[in-house]
Amino acid sequence: MQEQNTTFTMPDFLPALPEMFLLGAACVVLLADLFFPGRNRGLTWLLSLVALAGTAVCVLALEVGEHGVMTFSNTFVLDQLAILMKLAVLAASATVLVYSRHYLAARDLHRGEFYTLTLFSTLGMLVIISAPHLLTLYLGLELMSLCLYALVALNRDSAVGAEAAMKYFVLGAIASGLLLYGMSIIYGVTGSLQLDEIAAFIGAQEERHLGLVLALTFVVAGLAFKLGAVPFHMWLPDVYHGAPTPVTLLIGSAPKIAGFALVFRLLVEGMEHLYVDWRDIFILMSVLSLVAGSVVAIAQTNIKRMLAYSTIGHIGFLLMGFIAGTSEGYSAALFYALVYVLMALGAFGMILLLSRKDFEADNLDDLRGLNARSPWFALVMLLVMFSMAGVPPTIGFHAKLAVLSAVVNAGFLWLAVLGVIAAIVSAFYYLRVVKLMYFDEPQDNAPLSGGIDMRVLLSSNGIAVLVLGLMPGALLTATIAAIP
Amino acid sequence: MIESILFYIFAGILLAAAIGVITARNPVHSALLLVLAFFNSAVLWMLLEAEFLALVLILVYVGAVMVLFLFVVMMLDINVAGMRRGFARYLPLALIVVAAIIVQLALVFTSDQFGAQMLADLERYPADYNNTAELGRLLYTVYVYPFEIAAVILLVAIIAAISLTLRRREGTRHQNVGRQVQARAKDRVRLVDLPRRQGEGDK
Amino acid sequence: MMAWLETTWLTVWGVLPPEVQYTVWTLTKILAIVLPLMLAVAYFTYAERRVIGYMQGRRGPNRVGWYGLLQPIADALKLMFKEVVLPSNANRFLFLTAPMLSLAPALAAWAVIPFNDGMLLADVNAAVLYLLAMTSITVYGVIIAGWASNSKYAFLGAMRASAQMVSYELAMGFALVGVLMAAGSMNLNTIVQAQSGGMFYWFALPLLPLFVVYFISGVAETNRAPFDVAEGESEIVAGFHVEYGGMAFALFFLAEYANMILISALAATFFLGGWLSPFEGIGVFGVGESLLAEPGLHWFVLKTFIFMFIYLWLRATFPRYRYDQIMRLGWKVFIPVTLVWIGVLAVMIVGDIGPWFGGGA
Repeated sequence: MQEQNTTFTMPDFLPALPEMFLLGAACVVLLADLFFPGRNRGLTWLLSLVALAGTAVCVLALEVGEHGVMTFSNTFVLDQLAILMKLAVLAASATVLVYSRHYLAARDLHRGEFYTLTLFSTLGMLVIISAPHLLTLYLGLELMSLCLYALVALNRDSAVGAEAAMKYFVLGAIASGLLLYGMSIIYGVTGSLQLDEIAAFIGAQEERHLGLVLALTFVVAGLAFKLGAVPFHMWLPDVYHGAPTPVTLLIGSAPKIAGFALVFRLLVEGMEHLYVDWRDIFILMSVLSLVAGSVVAIAQTNIKRMLAYSTIGHIGFLLMGFIAGTSEGYSAALFYALVYVLMALGAFGMILLLSRKDFEADNLDDLRGLNARSPWFALVMLLVMFSMAGVPPTIGFHAKLAVLSAVVNAGFLWLAVLGVIAAIVSAFYYLRVVKLMYFDEPQDNAPLSGGIDMRVLLSSNGIAVLVLGLMPGALLTATIAAIP
Repeated sequence: MIESILFYIFAGILLAAAIGVITARNPVHSALLLVLAFFNSAVLWMLLEAEFLALVLILVYVGAVMVLFLFVVMMLDINVAGMRRGFARYLPLALIVVAAIIVQLALVFTSDQFGAQMLADLERYPADYNNTAELGRLLYTVYVYPFEIAAVILLVAIIAAISLTLRRREGTRHQNVGRQVQARAKDRVRLVDLPRRQGEGDK
Repeated sequence: MMAWLETTWLTVWGVLPPEVQYTVWTLTKILAIVLPLMLAVAYFTYAERRVIGYMQGRRGPNRVGWYGLLQPIADALKLMFKEVVLPSNANRFLFLTAPMLSLAPALAAWAVIPFNDGMLLADVNAAVLYLLAMTSITVYGVIIAGWASNSKYAFLGAMRASAQMVSYELAMGFALVGVLMAAGSMNLNTIVQAQSGGMFYWFALPLLPLFVVYFISGVAETNRAPFDVAEGESEIVAGFHVEYGGMAFALFFLAEYANMILISALAATFFLGGWLSPFEGIGVFGVGESLLAEPGLHWFVLKTFIFMFIYLWLRATFPRYRYDQIMRLGWKVFIPVTLVWIGVLAVMIVGDIGPWFGGGA
C-alpha cells in the first residue's frame, strides 16, 4: 500500500464517456424500476430511451482524429468506425424499445428486466465496437450475449422459449469457448492480447506459424456461431422462433452490427496478414449461407422462422464483403450490416404491430389481406420486403450492389453470380409476403394495435428504406469514411 | 529437488482425479473427484508461488461452485446407465479433439513467446514479494477497463438469475419483517372498558 | 547429566540433514498447536455443560473427578471404545472419510494464527485468503457425511448446512475485506500490529458493524445455536451426523469445537488486537507502563475465551432460528450491511478519519 506505482498515468476517461454514461444510466433504470414500477412501467421505458439518447449525445460530442484515440492502456479505442457503429447500435436499440412496449404490455412480459438487460446488452455491443484488445473484445461479447440469453428466456412459462434459451445458451457458450480457445492460442503464439501488436507480430514473420492457422480456425468458428453463418447456424431459427418477438427483434438487429465489429476488429485489424487463410473459410460459409438462406426459407410458414433463414442468407452477403478483402469490401459489408438492421427492424416491428393481446401474428397467413386492413402499413411492409429482396429503388438494392461489386473487383466473379442467383431465389419468398398482403382476403379484421409512437417510428422506418434507397450517398460516404 | 517430487506427486493425483471425473460411475463421485482435481491444481499453483490464484481457486471453485454442484447432483436422481451410453461411440471423436488440443498446445509451447527457453529466464521473487498486491495493482491500473466490464457481467448475471427464478406465486405467505418489527401493542390489542352490568354480581 | 544430554542431543541434531531438521521442527510446532487445542476442545465441552447448566439453574457434570473435571476424559474414553456402525447401503469409503474431511481444515486453519508476535506456524502473506479457503472447505465434511449416510435426516441436515455455510461465507468474507482494507495487509501478524496502541486502536471500533457481522456469521458458519438447523434435533434428529457413532462421531465433535475456537481466535485477532494488551499507552495511574501493558500470549487466550463464552451464552439464551429466517438474515441483512460499511470504511481511510488508519493510504 505504501509504495506507489509511479509508471502508471491516469487514463483519459473522456473517449469512454458513452459507455460510462450508459452504465450509470442502466443502473439508474434498474433502481428506478425497482422503486417506481408504476402500472405500465412508463418511467422505466422513458428513462431507458433517455439513457440511449444521452449515450448517443455523448458519442456525437466526441471528436476523433484520422486514426482514432486509444486509452485505458490500449484496451479501448475510439475511431470513426466506432462512432458510426455506436450511433447505429444505439438507434437500433432505441427502436427496439419503442416497438416492443405495447407488445410486452399486452402480455405478462412487461418487466423491468427487459429494459435493463437490453441496456446492458447495448453496453456490451458498444464495448465490442471499441475493443482493440482480445480481452475487451471477449468481455464485451460475453456481456452482450449473457443479456440476450436471459432475454430469450424472458417468457418463463413458454416451453418453446425455454428450449430456445437453452439452445442459445449452450451453443453460445460453446462458441465463446471456441473463440476463447482460439484467442488463447493467438496469445500463446504472438505474446500479446492487443490487436495491433498481434498484427505487427504476424506481419513481421516470414512464414506463418501453424499454431496461428489453427487458432484462426477456432476463432472463425466462434465468430460464425455468433453471426449464425452456415454450418454454425443451427440455433438461429429456433431462437428467433422461440424468443418473445421483441427479443427476436433485438437479437435480429443491433447485435449484427456488433458482429460486424467483432469480425472486423479480430480478423481485419488483428489478422489481416492471414487474409488468405480466413478468406477460404469465409467463402465456404458464405456459399453455404446463401444457399441455405434462400432455399430453406421458402419452406417456412412461420414469419419468424422465415426471417431467421433470411438472416442466414443476408449473413452470406455480409461475409462477401470480407471475402473481397479490400477497404471497398469492408465498407460494403458495414453498409450491408447497417442496412440489414434497418430492414430487420421494419420486418419484426411489423409482426409486433400485428400482434395483440393473446394473439401472435407470426404466421404467414396472418399477413393475408393486410392491404385491406391498413393500406399504409401494407405499403411499409412492401417496402421492407422489396428491400430485403434487393429490389431497386430500395436501400437493400444498394447494399447488395455494393457487396457484389466489391467481390467482383476482388476477382470473385463466380461468387457474385451465385449471390445474384441466391437473391433471385430468395425474392420468391419475400414477394410471397407481398402477394399475401395485396391479393388475398384478410382472415381477421381486428384493428392494428400499437401506440402512436410505434406507428410513427415504423412508418419512418419504412420510408427510410425507400428514401435512403433513392439517396444512398450519405450513408455510403459515411461507411467508406469509417474504414481507413 | 523436493519441489520436483512434490510437483510430480500432485500432478499425478491431479491427472488421476481428472480421469476419475469422467470415468466414475456415480455422478457424486465425479463431482468429488473434480474437487480433488481443483485442490491439486491449487497446490500446483502454490508450488509456482502464485498463492493468490491458488487460494482463490480453492475459495471460489472448491468452496462455493463445487458445493452448489454437489448440491444439485445429490438432489437429482441421475440415470447413470443413460449417461454412460455413447461413451464408446464418442470416444474416437474425443480422441481426435484431444490430439488436436495437444498439437496446439505443443505449438504454443514451442513458440518464441512461451517456449521452454523462456523458463530459464524466470526469476524467483524474494519472500516478501506479494503477488496479491501486485495483481490488485495491475487490475486497478492497466486492466481497469476490462476489470470493470467483468464486474458489469457479474451484475448482469445477478439480474438475469433473479429475473429467471424469482416469481411471486399466488397463495404464498410472505413475511414482512419491517412490518413485524414496527408492530406495537396498540395495533394488535384493544383494551376495552367493560362496564359492570347492573345486578350481575348480586345473585 | 543435563549437560551430557544437551551435547548428545546437539550432535545428533547437527548430523541430521537440513530437510529432516526442518520437517522435525515443523512437526514439533504442529504438535505444540494441536495438542493444546485438543485439550481446549475437551474442556470447552465441559465448560459448555457447566456454563449452560448454571445459566439454567442446574449444576452440570460434577461427579467424575473434582467438580466433574474428568468428565471430558471419561467421554473421550467412552467414544473411543464404542463401535462405529456402518449403515447398510452407506458408501463405506465416503462415510469414513467425511469425519476426517471435516476435522482436517479445522486444524489446518490454525497454521496461520499468530499466538504472539511472530509466534505462528506459517507467516504467509495471503493468510486471510488461506483462512477463508480453509473455512470454506469444512462444508465438504458435512455434505459428504450427509450423502454417504444414505439417510433422509442426514441428507436434509447436509443440504441445510451447506446452503447455510455457503451463504454466510459471503458475509464473513466481506467483513474480512473491511479488516484487510483497514490493516492494508492480508498477513495476520501485520493485521494485529496495525491495531497497536491500546484498546481504542483496535479494529472493533471503526469496524463495529463488520465485527458484529463477522462473529454472528462465524456462529452460523460453525452451525451452532441459534443457527443449528443442520442438527436440529427436534426436526431432523441430529442432522448430518445422525448415523455416526463412536470415534467417527467424536471427530465431528472435535471439528465443530475446534472451529468454534478458531472463529473466536480469529475474531480476537481481527478485531480485538490479538496478543496486544488493552492497556497499552494508557496514561492513567501509570497503567500504560506497568506489566499490564505488556503484549503476550495471555491476552490472546483471554480474548479468545471471551468469544468462546459468548458462543455458550448464545446457545443458552436464544431459541433456534427458522431456516428461511437464517437465509434472510445472511443475504438481506448482513451482506448489505458489510457492503455499506466497506464504502464507509473507504471514505474513512481516504479521509484519514480517526487514529486507526495511520499506516494505510
